[in-house]
Amino acid sequence: MHSLTRAVIGTAAVALLATACTGTSNAPQATDDATKDVSITFWHGWSAPSETAAIAANVKAFEAKHPNIHVKVVGNINDDKIKQALRAGGTNAPDVVSSFTTDNVGTFCASKVFSDLKPFLDKSGIELDKTFPKPLQDYTRFQGKRCTLPLLNDAYGLYYNKDAFKAAGITAPPKTLSEFDLVAKKLTKPNGDTYAQLGFMPNFHGYESTTSHFAALWNPTYFTPDGKSNLAKDPAFANMLRWQKGLVDQLGGFAKLEKYRATFGDEFGAKNPFHTGQVAMTMDGEWRLGMARDAGVKFDIGVAPFPVPDDQADSYGKGYLSGTVIGIASTSQKQNAAWELVKFMTTDTDAVVSFANAIHNVPSTLDALKSPKLTADLKPFLGIAQHPRSSTTPASPNGGAYQLTLQDFGYAYEAGKVTDLAAGLAKTDVQIDKDLAQAK
Amino acid sequence: MTLRQKHRRETLRNLAFLSPWLIGVSVFFLYPLVSTVYFSFMKYDGFTPPTWNGLKNWQYVFTDYPFFWPALRNTLWLVVVMVTLRVLFGLGIGMLITKVKTGAGLFRTAFYLPYLAPPVAATMAFAFLLNPGTGPVNNILGSIGLPQPGWFNDPNWSKPALTMLALWGIGDLMVIFMASLLDVPQEQYEAASLDGAGAWQRFRFVTLPNISPIVLFAVVTGVIQTMQYYTQPLVAGKVASGVIGSSGQQFEPGYPEKSTLTLPQLVYHLGFQRFDTGGASVIALVLFVLAMVFTGFLMRSMSERSTA
Repeated sequence: MHSLTRAVIGTAAVALLATACTGTSNAPQATDDATKDVSITFWHGWSAPSETAAIAANVKAFEAKHPNIHVKVVGNINDDKIKQALRAGGTNAPDVVSSFTTDNVGTFCASKVFSDLKPFLDKSGIELDKTFPKPLQDYTRFQGKRCTLPLLNDAYGLYYNKDAFKAAGITAPPKTLSEFDLVAKKLTKPNGDTYAQLGFMPNFHGYESTTSHFAALWNPTYFTPDGKSNLAKDPAFANMLRWQKGLVDQLGGFAKLEKYRATFGDEFGAKNPFHTGQVAMTMDGEWRLGMARDAGVKFDIGVAPFPVPDDQADSYGKGYLSGTVIGIASTSQKQNAAWELVKFMTTDTDAVVSFANAIHNVPSTLDALKSPKLTADLKPFLGIAQHPRSSTTPASPNGGAYQLTLQDFGYAYEAGKVTDLAAGLAKTDVQIDKDLAQAK
Repeated sequence: MTLRQKHRRETLRNLAFLSPWLIGVSVFFLYPLVSTVYFSFMKYDGFTPPTWNGLKNWQYVFTDYPFFWPALRNTLWLVVVMVTLRVLFGLGIGMLITKVKTGAGLFRTAFYLPYLAPPVAATMAFAFLLNPGTGPVNNILGSIGLPQPGWFNDPNWSKPALTMLALWGIGDLMVIFMASLLDVPQEQYEAASLDGAGAWQRFRFVTLPNISPIVLFAVVTGVIQTMQYYTQPLVAGKVASGVIGSSGQQFEPGYPEKSTLTLPQLVYHLGFQRFDTGGASVIALVLFVLAMVFTGFLMRSMSERSTA
């Protein structure tokens, strides 16, 4: 028994010592010589053949400009894999990392797993205000720390079926939400307890019709200056939820819409409900047009900014913005070389434009947004991306937990399980603050 | 060689023989367990060095984390209902197949094959079959005038749907039960028949006592497996909620309405998606304690029964 106790204590001591040594503290100083022959590893999330080909072309253009820097590209990487690699470090860990999820920027910056890019930006004389739109600058930093830069942009707008519009006698896309509601009803064709065609799927599980995407139309403030959740105090959220629930009720009610939603194909597959004509309008990002064409959609597709609240009609043209971010792993021993790749991919106008065209994404720099080389069908989204009232969701220390908590409340509200909106939002604020306190 | 030296040499030799086990237990059980206890009292995001957090992680999980209690309730529901039904169904199928005179091989194959399907593929197939709008199951139910449940889209039906999926993959238990049923001495059945025992009495007084160790094994492993239940509810929730193909979209675990949340999902969600290793460690310890309590209770009640 005595020896067993000793063994347990010994194991515990080893465990404590070992665990105390884990984790990274400060970013290493960048001492590598970026002019010497060097190989760096770049991780990204794209996986479709056309996308990986676009990455390869972009990297090839970089290597042509920097023949001494060789880039090993690893695709199909999601944030979970990124976190594990950045935790573990080692020789196979990436030097340059890109992520589709802006929500994790808060944690990446706060925990210093991505290097501070300010010294690199200063060294290269890059002025952020002259290079990137304001919302993109916002979602790539956290509490003053800039650990990522924007690598392509996503803008959300309204896609509509022009043939369905013509058949219903609608001549132009709606600009305000009251017009939108009328059009959505007009385009809805019930068929027994389901639909032959639905004007719009407002339910929060309806792919991109999420609480945060809708809320952007009211330019919400998620947090107070002292970092507390602000859902109950900012009328934007209650207005958004009231509008959404109103539309749910007008189009047939939550249960009927949910049953219809269950018949939808995959969001990113050929059977997306907009492709199949199951819905006549949808909120989506700029990539949808290319996907719809690839799926062989037969009808004419129209694209416009998503309608805005009636009392903000003058802000028509705005929308929700998000995008891919890119940074340098703080464990990288080749940070100067890594910076050359990051700088090229994020600020070289030709590189950004050709990559945006190939991936069918909105470019992320002010110069690239004005480039005549951009493909024409991106145009409506370029306007949304540059609109002064377009907005994004802020970074937080626990990823997008606050968005999930709001979304959770949205599910209950749209289903009619919560009726006291003000009290529900106040309760949601309390929950978000508790989650933030746990993360801080 | 003195007696003391001999004793030391013997101890070393014993330890050398025991070393594979000692190393395995230390590396794969003791170290993770001690680490988990340690991290449950630390604030640790996985990147920056851990700092002392006292009981805050425990307090957060038990009082402030809205996913914990639904996940615990779901896990207990699955342990009780799914494990019970799996054992009953596996035993029932095993008994039926041992009685079949012709085509037994065909039946064995038919019931065993689903067990070989990878969990993700099996769950996706069930999500397709049980799709409330387009699934063939609801089409058949509708055509004969029966109600059509929402299955994975309805919080009242999601766990029964998962249970159906578990029963479909019953092949492992069926094979184990079949082997144990075939081992029951035939003379005991003959003696019971001579004493006038009916089918139920033969099962109650001959079959069950003979296979009770296998039943205990099935229940204990079933409880442990269900405590680790992760893939099927996660995939079913993702498919039904529509976020399966999304790369950047966040997933609300437990769709619909937290009804498919399980504790292992929370360990991953907190630890690897919210960067809260401390909170995740608390949940892992809760799981560990629950598994120990369940297993201990089952083992004890079974040993009491066998000595009674």
